[in-house]
Amino acid sequence: MIFIIAGVIFVLRLFWLQIVDRSYYFSANNNVLRHITQYPARGLIYDRGGELLVYNEATYDLMVIPRQARNFDTLELCGLIGIDYETFRERMKKIREYSLYRPSVFEKQISKEAYGFLEEKLYKFPGFYVQPRTLRKYVRPIAAHTMGYVGEVSPRICEVNPYYKPGDYIGISGIEKSYEEALRGIKGSRIIMVDVFNRDQGSFQDGKYDTIAVMGKNLYASLDMKLQEYGELLMTNKRGSVVAIEPESGEILALVTSPGYDPNLLVGRVRSYNYNILAKDSLKPLFNRALQAQYPPGSTFKLVHALIGLEEGVLNLQTRYGCAMGYSSGPIHVGCHAHAGPLDLIQSIAQSCNAYYCNVFRTILDNRSLPNQAAGYAKWREMTCSLGFGSAFDSDIPNLVSGFIPKNEYFDNIYGKNRWRFLTIVSLSIGQGEILTTPLQLANLAATIANRGYYCTPHIIRAVGKQDDRQEKFQQKHSIPISRRHFETVVEGMYQVVEAGTAHYYKMDSIPICGKTGTAQNPHGKDHSIFIAFAPKDNPKIAISVIVENAGFGATWAAPIAFLMIEKYLMKEIKRKDVETRMIEGNLLSN
Amino acid sequence: MVREERNIFKNIDWITVGIYLLLVLFGWMNIYAAVFNEQHDSIFDLSQRYGKQMIWILVSILLALIILMTEPKVFNAFAFFIYGLSILSLFLVLFIGKEVSGSKSWIDLGGFDLQPSEFAKIAVNLAIARHLSSLNIRMEDLRTRITTFFLIGLPVILILLQDDTGSALVFTAFIIVLYREGLSGNVLIIGGLVIILFILALMVDKWIIIAFLALIALIWFSQIRKNRRDIVSLLGLFLLVAGFVYSVDFAFHHVLDVHHKERINVLIGKEVDLKGAGYNVNQSKIAIGSGRIIGKGFLQGTQTKYNFVPEQSTDFIFCTIGEEWGFIGSVLTIALFIILFIRILNIAERQRSAFSRIYGYGVASVFFFHFLVNIGMTIGLAPVIGIPLPFISYGGSSLFAFTIMLFIFIRMDANRLQLL
Repeated sequence: MIFIIAGVIFVLRLFWLQIVDRSYYFSANNNVLRHITQYPARGLIYDRGGELLVYNEATYDLMVIPRQARNFDTLELCGLIGIDYETFRERMKKIREYSLYRPSVFEKQISKEAYGFLEEKLYKFPGFYVQPRTLRKYVRPIAAHTMGYVGEVSPRICEVNPYYKPGDYIGISGIEKSYEEALRGIKGSRIIMVDVFNRDQGSFQDGKYDTIAVMGKNLYASLDMKLQEYGELLMTNKRGSVVAIEPESGEILALVTSPGYDPNLLVGRVRSYNYNILAKDSLKPLFNRALQAQYPPGSTFKLVHALIGLEEGVLNLQTRYGCAMGYSSGPIHVGCHAHAGPLDLIQSIAQSCNAYYCNVFRTILDNRSLPNQAAGYAKWREMTCSLGFGSAFDSDIPNLVSGFIPKNEYFDNIYGKNRWRFLTIVSLSIGQGEILTTPLQLANLAATIANRGYYCTPHIIRAVGKQDDRQEKFQQKHSIPISRRHFETVVEGMYQVVEAGTAHYYKMDSIPICGKTGTAQNPHGKDHSIFIAFAPKDNPKIAISVIVENAGFGATWAAPIAFLMIEKYLMKEIKRKDVETRMIEGNLLSN
Repeated sequence: MVREERNIFKNIDWITVGIYLLLVLFGWMNIYAAVFNEQHDSIFDLSQRYGKQMIWILVSILLALIILMTEPKVFNAFAFFIYGLSILSLFLVLFIGKEVSGSKSWIDLGGFDLQPSEFAKIAVNLAIARHLSSLNIRMEDLRTRITTFFLIGLPVILILLQDDTGSALVFTAFIIVLYREGLSGNVLIIGGLVIILFILALMVDKWIIIAFLALIALIWFSQIRKNRRDIVSLLGLFLLVAGFVYSVDFAFHHVLDVHHKERINVLIGKEVDLKGAGYNVNQSKIAIGSGRIIGKGFLQGTQTKYNFVPEQSTDFIFCTIGEEWGFIGSVLTIALFIILFIRILNIAERQRSAFSRIYGYGVASVFFFHFLVNIGMTIGLAPVIGIPLPFISYGGSSLFAFTIMLFIFIRMDANRLQLL
């Protein structure tokens, strides 16, 4: 009897364990199956000429399974990877606390050379093995900000995005960030069976459920590597930026911010150390001035006034205004430099007459077809914004800033509704006051004028995956509601700036260049030197904006640097070596 | 009337022998699966446990044949002599023994580790059978009880001294034999109650149990005639039981070793320590539970093949059966054992000699105890006590001992028609 009762109890228990309760089945799988991630290589990045900018370099993580790590010469291992015994003990303690059986990273990113030494002796250290990973490597130390950098994913991102697991790499800034999804590729997974000591026992069901890692897509940047490098050279020891765009397509040819840094500094183990140093530098090398700095545009904004005045019919080619060393009305005086007068429109651009544009801006606000100056201002603002000012481009570069073109409400808040008028905001006439623009927006202005009335959103990546697959969303042309002939008029004015106006000192005979100088007053010291330009005059190939901080007149530094960039891009070689040398050697940081 | 006895093979109980062979061969297969090694994939490879088990099986069959050739009177005549030898070997192992995983219970015989405690079961069984079958012996006598418990107790103490609690516990199986031979059922019932109370005392707070006991005593009190004598004895009983509960609690917390405490806690579900004491049981349940209905197939068990279950070829061999042969295989194995036990009892009952009958009960009891505790342990119904599953588990000593034990009985049975 008792035998049968015992038998029945056992059978019932087995029925429960083996048939009713499914959890043991899954526990068995958890025990034996390990999903091993196969890391894909990150996509490469090429420049517009097809030259390699960014590639991957193999590196090695030293992994350890604590349970198996026994009976070896600890000091020898410490010596091989260059740590002291204390560090070794602390690390092992932490790793043991995490798991005895699962692999943990013991030492990250061992260089190829160190790996060479280590590999030969690895057999002496049971439980240690090496897992290959890849690190970004930059062919030339240029365009650091644009490229951005890659780093370990933060725990926060892991929480919200299930694709990422702790220890994965992710693009943190620049195009590494904005094109993360294309660059990262598709992770593969291999399912293996392990025994109780986590030793590999072969793949599960002959790899039926394994997936292969797919390499990330390559990116084809619009950057011209040589032009970028040359721009960085010219900006040595200066604070500021150079943005060059191909007007027709909106493709960014060069995006220089100075001072910069070598992108290889922010790769791998040294990244956080170097990052700290760069972040504390008083010159703010991590700050991307070309995209994020906001400056008053100074006289370059006179082009905007001219275009709007012409379109609204309050200005024409023959309009002349006198200038008595500036514009005066009651207590207000806006100074100007000495020049012949009265000037017509073309000459006013060429000579950059302040008084002329005070008058132009006033007539825009006074537009008879509109009820009052506030309405005139609102219309002006609308057209200004259509040129790309006052908002950030929907581009492929992260962290663009919008600049600032004040709304009516802004002035209403300061002065009270209907309590402000032209004279209150007269400094806007010469691109000063509240207006803020970014170097990218100024380059886009040059590109828009070069195109005689449209622009394509400035962008940095032409194609993803295949070199000839231009990105659809950047093909769209943004038309400006200003007629083409008015643009022609302004182009002529800009041509005269270089031919006979404020920038004629560094005039180049070989290429017809259209430009506009600007000198932005600012509270931080000496004026910023600004120059925007495009060339050649007809069928332009390059539009550019150059800003050199605290360097004085636009014509002194920004203009020659712009000319050299244009010459470099169009002619491939520089004839005026003296100008080049002077620009490169000019050190504006020491004072 | 005397029958032809020259060919004893005609009188052998072939059903028992058949089940024996099935179990031994099935055990061998499962040992092969449990410790399968790809570099040595032949089941005959002598460097592996499956190869060695094959040798143990062959030796066992040889032993069985020798026993079948032996005159059965020898077992009766030499019962106490064998008992004496066994006690001697248990003494010896205390001095020249080899320690394996905490227990000093092995004697190294050059390549073969002999475990005297396994053979002690046979000796004790023979001695009890001899003692209780003597004339003028009645279980009702206190003297008989004392001598019998002494026969069982002496080897138990020696085995406990080797730190082999599991093997020592096996000897409690002989209580079944004593019960068959007239030990009062009350002793068993009281014993059972004590065990239940013991477990309750560990699981539930002692004051709750004592309060509950008081309640029972009150109800009982309301039912009896209220004379002085009954009241006193009821009060005395209550105090005795309460004292027991209290002392169990005390003993558990202050006397027992930590690892014994852990095992008991894991069993009664008070503690779920999956990395420590509960690890074996948990992994074992995972192995058996993941077998589902038809199992993963021969050599396909991941839990046992990749060593997640410890001792998977010895004490936890049933995991391999559960994982690779599923519910069907497990139930068939259990059925085979139950049939074997019932068969042994049936044979025992048909014996004309008391000696053979008592011996037969002893065989069934010992096998049953092993079966109950071993399989109970792997499916989480019994505490982890390291004793092998008869005929299935890897190990020379245990296989030899079980074989000898069984075949002595088969030999006795073959001779049942000749009383003297």
